[in-house]
Amino acid sequence: MPLITPSKTARDYDVIIVGSGAAGGMSAYVLAGLGVKVLMLEAGRNYDPVAETPMFETPKDAPLRGASTPDKHFGFFDATAGGGWTVPGEPYVVKKDGAWTEAGDWRAVGTEQNFMWWRPRMLGGRTNHWGRIALRMGPYDFKPKSRDGLGLDWPIGYDDLAPFYDRTEAVVGVWGSNEGLENTPNSSPGILQPPPKPRGYELLTKKTCDRLGIPVIPSHQAILTKPLNGRQACFYATDCGRGCSIKANFQSTTVLLPPAIATGHLDIITDAMVREVTLDKSGKATGVSYIDKETGRDVVVKARVIVLAASGCESARILLNSKSALFPNGLANGSGKVGKYLMDTVGSSVTGQIPALENCPPHNEDGASAMHMYMPWWGYQKQAAGQLDFARGYHIEFGGGRRMPGMTNPAPDELTGGTYGRRFKEDARRYYGSVIGFAGRGEMIPNDDSYCEIDPDKKDKWGIPVLRFFWKWSDHETRQAAHMQRTFAGIIEGMGGKVLGTVETDGAKAIMAGGTIIHEVGTTCMGVDAKSSVLNQWCQSWEIPNLFVTDGGPFASNADKNPTLSIMALAMRSCEHLADQLKKGNL
Amino acid sequence: MNTPRPVSRRDAMRWILGAAATIGALDFTAAGATGVPPGIGMDPDLHKKIIPWPRLLTDAELRTVTALCDTIIPADDTSPAASAVGVPDFIDEWVSAPYAQQVGDRDAIRPGLTWIEKESQTRFQKPFPDLTPGEREKICDDICSVSKAAPAYKGPAAFFSKMRTLTAGGYYTTPEGWKAIGYIGNTPLAEFPGPPPEVLKHLGLA
Repeated sequence: MPLITPSKTARDYDVIIVGSGAAGGMSAYVLAGLGVKVLMLEAGRNYDPVAETPMFETPKDAPLRGASTPDKHFGFFDATAGGGWTVPGEPYVVKKDGAWTEAGDWRAVGTEQNFMWWRPRMLGGRTNHWGRIALRMGPYDFKPKSRDGLGLDWPIGYDDLAPFYDRTEAVVGVWGSNEGLENTPNSSPGILQPPPKPRGYELLTKKTCDRLGIPVIPSHQAILTKPLNGRQACFYATDCGRGCSIKANFQSTTVLLPPAIATGHLDIITDAMVREVTLDKSGKATGVSYIDKETGRDVVVKARVIVLAASGCESARILLNSKSALFPNGLANGSGKVGKYLMDTVGSSVTGQIPALENCPPHNEDGASAMHMYMPWWGYQKQAAGQLDFARGYHIEFGGGRRMPGMTNPAPDELTGGTYGRRFKEDARRYYGSVIGFAGRGEMIPNDDSYCEIDPDKKDKWGIPVLRFFWKWSDHETRQAAHMQRTFAGIIEGMGGKVLGTVETDGAKAIMAGGTIIHEVGTTCMGVDAKSSVLNQWCQSWEIPNLFVTDGGPFASNADKNPTLSIMALAMRSCEHLADQLKKGNL
Repeated sequence: MNTPRPVSRRDAMRWILGAAATIGALDFTAAGATGVPPGIGMDPDLHKKIIPWPRLLTDAELRTVTALCDTIIPADDTSPAASAVGVPDFIDEWVSAPYAQQVGDRDAIRPGLTWIEKESQTRFQKPFPDLTPGEREKICDDICSVSKAAPAYKGPAAFFSKMRTLTAGGYYTTPEGWKAIGYIGNTPLAEFPGPPPEVLKHLGLA
């Protein structure tokens, strides 16, 4: 990956992009492709997935058999470099046991922190390890307030974004199928790649769900099943979370940045920690100041337009830290909405053991590591009829099967009662592959009690003031989590299986902490006017027209659909508008 | 002769306290005066397996660990014993690690090893590794199930359960363990074939 050093910056950039993940990568891909001169700043190190990805290494090739540790939160082989739930020297402040404290939890499950913030420090950001689940938001998801009176409407509708979904899917490479289900949009003909065949346990689950009226359809994953633009198709081995040296799955570093660099219009500086956006006297953005982490020195770079794509909370932090006499409350914050309406996804899970899967004949069930099938939300009509006690939907992700064994006991005491010797080896053969985990991913409605702001005291090691997080789930989310628990128990029991652990019907206990699902959106929401929102429909600041935010911050709602695909489609739409306005001399 | 001997009050206190004082001293030994020994770091080379912390188990403890691993996963007609694929060394790697979870496991494993040696001497006047398979079973049958163990054996049963998890995790992550459990994969395929006919039949989906 050709990079430049701070001393090599050109004098005449059109656009500075802060961040290199889904949003920054797509913004650079679009702008550089249209001939716009771009400088990208990334807070983390350079990263080369082709050289660095451990493709066929096994747990035996890792310390502690690859288990999660306070150093590698998602396990040794996870692609994330230099960060995770904590980043050394870059704290954030949370409520824990009722008191403000520096965030320290690194286990996503059972955390006591009110909010968990995932930050890698590497080129490509979270796209290097993400789940590759690429679902479109549907027509209802853009106008939730108009439908049920809760939350916020987007200033755009599904039809505005649909062409950009098509084009994003075509660039990224997404497998899936068009099922025509309610609020679960089809892609245009020829856009999606064919899904892989389902695994045995997925078919068995479908059989029960068919009976329960829960649809089980091919998942939509940003993984190639056919070659695309010089990238190989998936060869159905090794975990996508490690990254992919054959470029079969989507990473900003393999799919978006190389063609953007090839245009000759993109320079990238890594290890560049942005402090604030700089302004001229008229209140127009002139550039950004960043800390060169190699030397610790402050550097200022200039451009005609600034695009923040640093993640919802990091972009909000940059804006709130960009204080001046003209903007004492931070930049682009006349509405007071920067940092507000912070949303994550509702997460809750139940695991079950299915006797029908015991002693299955050995066969290769690796597949594309991700789920081949999933369950989209099926309760729209019940909600419309007032038959459910929560307003918004969730989809179900499920996994199990005969995966490569990791650092777990395949024959847990809960099933065997505690065997050893030859009997234990038989039990391990018997139970291996018979466990399925069901995880709900549900919509959260934005509320006034969930937001981030600048901590009054604490600074990171670069001297930049840090964020602190406020968080509250409403009854709509906790009741939804309780519904997930009952539904998953129903599926497991419907399959003749047994729930492992307990079914938690108290939604407040069943729901995971805010941020745990790593879908932070909403902190710089878009809307119809400058009074109620930070950005217009083009992800452009109402107050500073040459300032854009293209990450998850602009989201006015957070549908159950995983946000990455929508972030990219929105970034594509916004940056084409940006380039057009640049050409017309309006910026 | 082989009457089970209840855990003494002192032993019980040790289970509860997790031998905290002992472990503090061990940490100091491992790291010298600088504090906690190094971990793997947040940005390690993923192609290299580097264990930066020193191993802490003594030769005597490793002998007991080896005997226990092979009691939990012995050789059979088709697959080797746990010690034949390096599981005792893995357990040493695990319990020597500087992270809270592993330190906690160390706090459970080391007193457990002491207990089982003491129990072996009391019942058979021999170290645990020198016991016959039948003699080992006499002890292990009392502690193999947390839910069924007599109150006096609850602590040792929790230790045995932890040993079983570590042994199974270490064993089934080896190529020999894959074969023993029936894992097939980690190999490139041109197409994903889906479940073969015998699997569909097994699942009642044929």
